[in-house]
Parts: sequence; C-alpha cells; structure tokens
Amino acid sequence: MILKTRLFGQTYCFKNVKEVLAKANEIKSGDMLAGISAETAQERIAAKHVLSQLTLEELRLNPVVPLEEDEVSRIIDGDINEAIYQDIKNWSVAELREFILRTETTGADLSRISRGLSSEMVAAVAKLMSNLDLILGASKIRITAHCNTTIGVSGTLASRLQPNHPTDSTEGILASLREGLTYGIGDAVIGLNPVDDSLDATVRNLSGMYNFITEWKVPTQVCVLAHITTQVKALRKGAPVHCLFQSIAGSEKSNEAFGINKEILDEAYELGLKEGRATGPNIMYFETGQGSELSSDGHYEADQVTMEARCYGLARHYKPFLVNTVVGFIGPEYLYDSRQVIRAGLEDHFMGKLTGIPMGCDSCYTNHMKADQNDIENLAVLLSNAGCTYFMGVPMGDDVMLNYQCTSFHDVAALREVLRLRPLPEFEAWLEEQGIMRNGKLTSSAGDATIFTR
Amino acid sequence: MALEDNIKLIVEQVLNQINEKNKELVPAPVQQEKKTACPAGTDETILDDITQVDLQKYLQVPNPVNGDFYREMKKATPARIGVWRAGTRPLTDTLLRFRADHATAQDAVLNDVSEEFIQDFDLVKLQSACRDKDEFLTRPDLGRKLSPESVETLGKMAKAGAELQIIIADGLSSTAVETNVPDLLPALLQGLSNVGVSVGTPVFVKYGRVAVMDCIGEELKPQAAIMLIGERPGLGTAESLSAYLAYNPRAGMLESERTVVSNIHKGGTPPSEAGAHLSSVVKAILERKASGVNFSF
Repeated sequence: MILKTRLFGQTYCFKNVKEVLAKANEIKSGDMLAGISAETAQERIAAKHVLSQLTLEELRLNPVVPLEEDEVSRIIDGDINEAIYQDIKNWSVAELREFILRTETTGADLSRISRGLSSEMVAAVAKLMSNLDLILGASKIRITAHCNTTIGVSGTLASRLQPNHPTDSTEGILASLREGLTYGIGDAVIGLNPVDDSLDATVRNLSGMYNFITEWKVPTQVCVLAHITTQVKALRKGAPVHCLFQSIAGSEKSNEAFGINKEILDEAYELGLKEGRATGPNIMYFETGQGSELSSDGHYEADQVTMEARCYGLARHYKPFLVNTVVGFIGPEYLYDSRQVIRAGLEDHFMGKLTGIPMGCDSCYTNHMKADQNDIENLAVLLSNAGCTYFMGVPMGDDVMLNYQCTSFHDVAALREVLRLRPLPEFEAWLEEQGIMRNGKLTSSAGDATIFTR
Repeated sequence: MALEDNIKLIVEQVLNQINEKNKELVPAPVQQEKKTACPAGTDETILDDITQVDLQKYLQVPNPVNGDFYREMKKATPARIGVWRAGTRPLTDTLLRFRADHATAQDAVLNDVSEEFIQDFDLVKLQSACRDKDEFLTRPDLGRKLSPESVETLGKMAKAGAELQIIIADGLSSTAVETNVPDLLPALLQGLSNVGVSVGTPVFVKYGRVAVMDCIGEELKPQAAIMLIGERPGLGTAESLSAYLAYNPRAGMLESERTVVSNIHKGGTPPSEAGAHLSSVVKAILERKASGVNFSF
C-alpha cells in the first residue's frame, strides 16, 4: 500500500488510509473543525493522488472504524457481494472512477458493481470526482423502490410534501397538505416533522393525514418523523403506518446519540413489514447529513464525506423506500457556505445512488449560513439533472416549524416544467383525475387548496 | 395562580418604571426610522411597506372554490399558503416578502449588538475566544471559551460569589438581544429583588455560545447563572431569545444540567413576562440547588 507521493517536487506522506481519505476531501468547514483537513491546497491534491492509486481491496481492509468496534462497519462489510467484489478488488480508485464515467458503462453495470462496494470505496471515488463527474455518474443509475407508489422511475421527479406546523395543529397541517397536492407535490411521501414526539401525538398526526388521503384516494404514503421507537409503539397500537422513519449516522456511537442501534432498526423493519399498511416491499425512510457524526463525537477522526457514505451503507441493509440528505441543515461549522452545500449535495446524491438506494435531497439552508434561496434552487437544478429521486415541498420553502428554508411547492413544479420531468405515474394519474394536471402541465385549478372541500 | 399574580404584579411595576424612565432617559426604540433624501423632482408618494402585510390574512388565490374556507385555513397555520403563482413561480410580492424576511434574519445573525446598548445597560463587555463573526459561526468550540483579556477584565470588573450571575450574549441574533433585553432585564431584576436574590455584575459576551457561561462560572463562582442569548432566526421572527439557567455553573457541565426557557419575543412569551417568570425559576433553582434534568419547575 503506497501512502506517499511527490507533487511539484515536494514529498507528502500520509499515516494511514483514513488520513488520505480526509485530506482528499474538497474543502469543508466540518473537516477543519475536526482538525483533519488538508493544510494546503497542494496537500489536498497530493492526498487525491495517493487515493487514486489505492486499490478497492486496500479500502475494504481499512474501514475508518474497525469492524470489531462498530456494528455499522460490520453491517456494511457483511452486505458486500463476494463474487462481485472478487472481480473488482484489484481496481484502483482511479479505475473505478473511469469505469463509472465511461460511455459504454450502463446503469445496469453500475448497479452490479454497487453490490461489491464498501462505503469507503464509494466515498473514495466521490472525492476524485468533479461536480460534473458526480452529476454524470449519478445520472446513469436509476434505483426504483415501491411502497404504495413506485419511486425512481425514469423521467420522474418526486417530492415529499412537508406540511409542518409549529403546534402540530391538524387543521394547520391539512391546510398545507391540501395546498401542496394542488401543485402536484406529495408523490414520494407526505411526511410531517412533529413538534410533539409523544405516542398520542404521533397517532393523532398519522391518523389526520391518513384519513385525508383515504378520503381523497391519494396514491401515496404518510409518515410522521417521530423517533422510530415511538412510531413502532404507534404501529403496535394499530395506528395507520405506511413507512417508518429514522435519522441515521455512520457509526454505532453516533447512532447511539440518535437513540438507535441495529437491534432497534431490525425490530422496526420486521414489524413494519408485518403490521404496516403499505403495499411495500420497501417501507423504510432514512435521513442523513454530513457532519452529524462529528457533532455527536462519533466520527473516529474520519472525514464527513466518508461518514456520510457509511450512512448509505447502513441504509442499504434495510432496502429503503426513501433516503435523503438534509444537506444544509447542520450549519456553517460543517458546511460553510453555498459552495460547500452544493458540493455536499452532489456528493451525497452520487454516493447514495452508487450505494444502490433511491436517493433524494432536502436542498436547504439555515439563516446563519452564507446561502440563500437562489443557492438551493441552483443545487436543485443540478441534482435534477443528476437524476435526483425527490426533493422536499414546503409552502414557499419556509418551514414554520423547523425554522429553515428548503425547496417549495413552486420549485418542484418549476423543476418538472424546465426539465420535462413528471410526477410518479400513479400520482400523475390521480392529479389528472382531480383536474390538477393535464399532459404533464398544471391546470388553472393548481394552487387553489379549496378544490379539496366537499 | 399565586405565581401568575406575582408575575403580573412585577410586569406592572416594571412597565411603570420603564415609562417613568423613558420620560427622562428615552433609550431610543431600536427601530429608528432612517430617512433618505429623495432627489428633487421625483414623486413624493411612497410605496406601501410590504412587510406590514399580515400574511395570515392575505389571500392571493383569485377565484378559489371556497374563499371562506381558505381564510380559515390560513388562520390555522403561519405557513405561506394561498399565495397563488405566475405559471409555476411565485407572484412578485410573495417573492419580495420572502426575501425581506430572509434579509431580516441574515442581519440579525451578522450584525453586532451596539456599543450604546452595552453602555445603556451598564454591562461589562467581554468577548469569547472568537476573533470575528466568521470564526464565531465556524468554531463553536471557541465561542464556548473566553478570550484571555476577557478573563482578566472579569477578574477586575465583576463581583465574585454572587447568588446569581447574569450573562447576556449575542448568540445567533443580535436583534433578539436588542429587542427583548430592554424589557426583560428590568423585569428580571425587579422580580429577583422581590424574592430576595442578590445579583453579581451583569456581563455581555460578544460572539458567545451558551457554554461560555461555564467559563464565567469558573471565574466568578456564583451559586447560579442565567444566560440570555439570541436564538437562530427563522423567517417568521428574528427576535427570539432564550434563557439558559444553571446551578453551580462550572467547566465540563452537561447540556442536560441546564434549564431552558425559549421562544421569548413579542409573538411568543413577551419579554417582561419572561423576566418575571425567570426570577421565580432562579429562586427555585437556588432553593433546590439543581437545574436541568435534575430540576422541574
């Protein structure tokens, strides 16, 4: 294993694979906060050069958290298909990059090698990719999954309707829900971030949204993003659960900070399949975001891109229906400005797709960050071209509960219009029935939430 | 009930005092109108202030199926619904209002609390280990420490060993501090004096995060400390302030050992009411010698 190189005559020597991975990252304030980023621009390129010549086998044998110490490492390693891995283990990371980008390489080819990749390999190749590489590579990979609707179908762009309310008022939630539907939003999921995480509130919120979509025969799924153990309790009480949500991290230690582990996820997954009301077979919904491991001190001195890739490795184990990065939510100490958020959004989407999951993105920012609505519109256009599975839809992009901004109902509708993308097929048929959409275009009824009154 | 009565009483007392004071001192209201001279010959008429529109009453959908129900829905949520569209894009005034609200939020984060404010309230001025706003935003670890000069200042200027140390910090909203503290602080001091709690020298920490109170605790060894700090602004309000209270503030204390009262602003808990309420919380913390998860009020 070669950890040494020369650049402009100067020698750079790295102490291990983890350090190479960290220093090969594009610049991120979170890696600087962790004290692990490259110290100069030249050192960054030296690290990329060393990384490009490492083999996939060397990356598998050097996970950033040892298997003995971490169940996430064990899950990822255990899910690798050995036959496929044997075929590619001698490739360098440079060769993997070029294989992905080659014109002859199809989505089917990438889906196959995906099963032989560990998360460290996925992260490594992302670090060698330019932004346009990340877009091109991801655009080849279509991953579909089915809960009540089929997500990831070619030519579609789906959306999560996020009807959040500062006090979880059912009337308030339904008001945003109605409005979103008339813009063609909600085919990925109608997903509420609750203020009140209690069992009673979870049951009440689930029932309120479920009753509405049952009454209006909306082909989609509902979800309350309470802690997964609360959703499991609601399910046991007979509440209408389609998919089960949880925020996840890339190490066992950081998942502990989220109050979860493999056992809890296994139990929820099995119960959801057995007792949940969705058609399935994909019923899990995960959210992630670069920097969460450092924020709970579970990053093991590894960089935030590699830790993020490990989230996707963990997610893959549960054949999820939805996974999205909440890319600008964490704040400027991890992603400093719009440039870093856009880079992270493209990395996350690419890494998710290469891992084999139907990756979406909450393209967003907080008010203490050097970013604004124009920046996340840019990111959404870039990601739509990369084949991003879904975005969030929030009234005017202003989330009145979480106090951050993301993509709006209008944004999703405009992305579909500009890039000639459609809602998911079952959902579009329903929009036509309701007179909201005709031949892929919104009608004059779109934007009037009171079409859903009897 | 008795507690509520007590709060009402303090609020009244303080409001009276403030009104009296205002007659002489007039600490100018924060939002002073800035007049800009217009070139001669231009139209004297001024455009309406778009930020004065109550969005929850403003329905832009031209011919809704059910206008009454729409107005009810808008009343039920502060979310920006009923906004209509130009094709798939928002209408111009909706877009501009969104940008105006975001501008307010950004200014709240990036602007500093004014020197006059610190002087007006006789606060000892300290600074965290951050050198500037940028470092404050990217290095939460430094925002939790005091600069060496400030440690020195603290030793010289502030009284040690008080029952309660009051700390004000900009945090993520200078606007929240400048808007709420003028009403909150007098109510808090009045309430504390009513319940017989003595306070140390109030301090202000520029570029401060919550845990900088631990550092100040180490230096001054008060029995308890309260920190008033600006919350991260949303688009709905950039004025929200939080109070963090700690019994025996010291290095290495856990986040769960702090008691938090958040959402202090005119649309949430009004500042004078919050000040009165906080004085009772302080009293209880001192009596029970605990805060955070070990304490319920």
